[in-house]
Amino acid sequence: MIPELGNFALILALCLAVVLATVPMIGSLTNTPGWVALARPAALGQFTFLLISFGCLVNAFLTNDFSVLYVAQHGNTQLPTIYKVSAVWGAHEGSLLLWALILGTWTVAVSLFSRKLPAELLARVLSVMGMISIGFISFMLFTSNPFDRVFPVPLEGGDLNPLLQDFGLAIHPPMLYMGYVGLSVAFSFAIAALIGGKLDAAWARWSRPWTLIAWVFLTIGIALGSWWAYYELGWGGWWFWDPVENASFMPWLVATALIHSLAVTEKRGAFKRWTVLLALLAFSLSLLGTFLVRSGVLTSVHSFAADPERGLFILVFLCIVIGGSLMLYAWRAPDVTSGGKFDLFCRETLLLGNNVLLIVITAFILLGTLAPLIYDAMGWGKISVGFPWFTAMFVIFSPFLVVLMGMGPLARWKKQDPGALARQLRMGLLLSIAGGVLFALPLFHEGSIWIGLAVALSLWLLSSLVLSLRQRFKYRKGLASVLKDFGARGSGSYYGMIIAHLGVAIFIIGITYVTQFEVEQDIRMSPGQTVELAGHTFRFDGAKAVQGPNYRADQGTIRVFNSDGKEVAILSPEKRIYTVQTRPMTEAGIDPGLMRDIYVSLGETLGNGDWSLRLYYKPFVRWIWLGCILMGLGGLLAAVDRRYRMAALRKPAAAPGVPDRLATEGRG
Amino acid sequence: MTPKRKKRMMLIGLMLAGVAVAAGFALKAFNENLMFFYTPSDVMAGEAPTGRMIRVGGLVTTGSVERQSDGLTVQFDVTDNDKTVTIQYTGILPDLFREGQGIVAHGKLQEDQLFVADEVLAKHDENYMPPEVADALKATHDAAVGGSTDKVN
Repeated sequence: MIPELGNFALILALCLAVVLATVPMIGSLTNTPGWVALARPAALGQFTFLLISFGCLVNAFLTNDFSVLYVAQHGNTQLPTIYKVSAVWGAHEGSLLLWALILGTWTVAVSLFSRKLPAELLARVLSVMGMISIGFISFMLFTSNPFDRVFPVPLEGGDLNPLLQDFGLAIHPPMLYMGYVGLSVAFSFAIAALIGGKLDAAWARWSRPWTLIAWVFLTIGIALGSWWAYYELGWGGWWFWDPVENASFMPWLVATALIHSLAVTEKRGAFKRWTVLLALLAFSLSLLGTFLVRSGVLTSVHSFAADPERGLFILVFLCIVIGGSLMLYAWRAPDVTSGGKFDLFCRETLLLGNNVLLIVITAFILLGTLAPLIYDAMGWGKISVGFPWFTAMFVIFSPFLVVLMGMGPLARWKKQDPGALARQLRMGLLLSIAGGVLFALPLFHEGSIWIGLAVALSLWLLSSLVLSLRQRFKYRKGLASVLKDFGARGSGSYYGMIIAHLGVAIFIIGITYVTQFEVEQDIRMSPGQTVELAGHTFRFDGAKAVQGPNYRADQGTIRVFNSDGKEVAILSPEKRIYTVQTRPMTEAGIDPGLMRDIYVSLGETLGNGDWSLRLYYKPFVRWIWLGCILMGLGGLLAAVDRRYRMAALRKPAAAPGVPDRLATEGRG
Repeated sequence: MTPKRKKRMMLIGLMLAGVAVAAGFALKAFNENLMFFYTPSDVMAGEAPTGRMIRVGGLVTTGSVERQSDGLTVQFDVTDNDKTVTIQYTGILPDLFREGQGIVAHGKLQEDQLFVADEVLAKHDENYMPPEVADALKATHDAAVGGSTDKVN
């Protein structure tokens, strides 16, 4: 009964999405206030029914209702409760329902927190989100309904993929989806602005916090995925340039360009057309990501079994959304006035440079990701693009990005004297070159040009942040005025930028150290045998059988001693066999640390108590995720900036670059 | 041309030049990093190049997995149900590696037709067959029945 209720709620949600997508939009075009006013209740209704529907599916998993096909495939009575809940989004149908629910949540959030938005604009924004919602809910109802029944009813469920039975992966998809779907808000704002023909600083200020929040979720979602892959897959990698990873990374890159470009549009009124295009592109790429994951067209560790019908549906949907929005753009964008004038060298051009680099990186990743599809379609053979290529593309362009990042926060808007900026940055440049040379030489370690480059870039970034802070506090002497500054308008954006850029500096160190200096060894070990690796001694003390709630496992014991012979860690990696699907899984043993991780995983048993083992020493690997957390934190701080809350109270659409705003926000 | 426009054109020109140079390098590197996929039949027919990174995939032949005395080097055969290639790999095989399972290996083909793999991939989802392997099996199957693909499946 309850699954039917869920199905029914889903159909009702679709009906409301249709209402939402049409009535307020038509109302806004024909000046019918009654129709416009329908946007908010329709959004709320759609969300409520999606929530009911989602609740019904959760209930089906919790009560082990195997008469529902999806539950029969992915649920199990022995599954711990938390994984019964996360199993809801553990596979195709349920994760689509989560997608739709999150879209509904964003829609309602926009309708609740944008009360000061002109009613027509809000109606259009919500309408566009309703259109996207139609696409996803009907996709679910027509090709992948999570409430489909099965007969005869199986006695036991097929169980959740053991890899997904993990806390990190329980929360990774919701976070990532919050990011993907959150970009639909920026998309809808852009479409609404194109329809209304009114693209101004106020528009940028409205869509900026939403974009920032979506970006934060995307950042954290990707970082969680990387962290999960690291400890769960048992081969110590944290990024594989897998098509599905790329599918999440491309919207992130474009969204990063977007949040910077929105800043220019908000403060200076410039880059309007470009900003809108980025907003369209960012969401289009998240849809493309969904297509790649769901259709199974690419070989990927994430691929679900392929279903051509589903792939076709998404492909058509993708074409409508991307094609439609680009057509609207081509039609309306020429009418947009070009905004604030600026000089050849100023903060605007530096931010433009950052945008171009981010887009170039995205374009190459897109090429590498889609190349196998293109080659196959053209009959040129079945290819895959090697991991080194993606890494090379990233490493070629990102240093330039970091160089610009160091200059951006210090440069002035509109016009910057290059000589003055050079004098400001002189010390920073010297420091970073000195640091880079020092670390490139074999003093602290074997030496590496890459480490030198990473340290130089990191120091360059750090010194520019310190200079920027010093500049900000030049006229704010005393603790009281410093504290007051934290609560001021524009401070959230400023300190958010500082923290996020600090995160990048840390991230650079992390990825470079771990790729340059990680030590890896595959080895066969007998109980009691020791091996040296990266200044540590690893002793294998054999493996014993243990029993888990829904698996049995061989658990190895490895003691790690440092060079003084002191015991640093006892690691217990496991090789698990999950009883239902009888598939093996590696559970790594990790001794985490700020400066290094020691990582051990079990391979196979080789008889006589011998095992093949994988030993890793990973310096600075935690800095990767630490950097991501700081980036996310910075984005969050920028999103809750006081001025977005105050903007609602003031008259919107202040002319770009009003003097008092520039003066108070300083280098925000 | 006004000075402002001139400046802007210069800026755009500089950016375009930069991007073009970068794109040139990128595409050159791209070609070097392409890994083509070959079926065991392709390899046996001598169509696969030696000494270059390629991918080979198929089903692991039952009973073919042999472990050498160091405990880490493994040899096994993969097949597309027509021809068979022997793959050698040193290291720890993925959890889902099993006889009868579809796998894809990255590596280089030697002159003696032994394929030395750097990486062996078996997928997370055990019902999932790498599309290349599925196609290879289908091709063999179709050739065997001699009928058109549509009728058989």
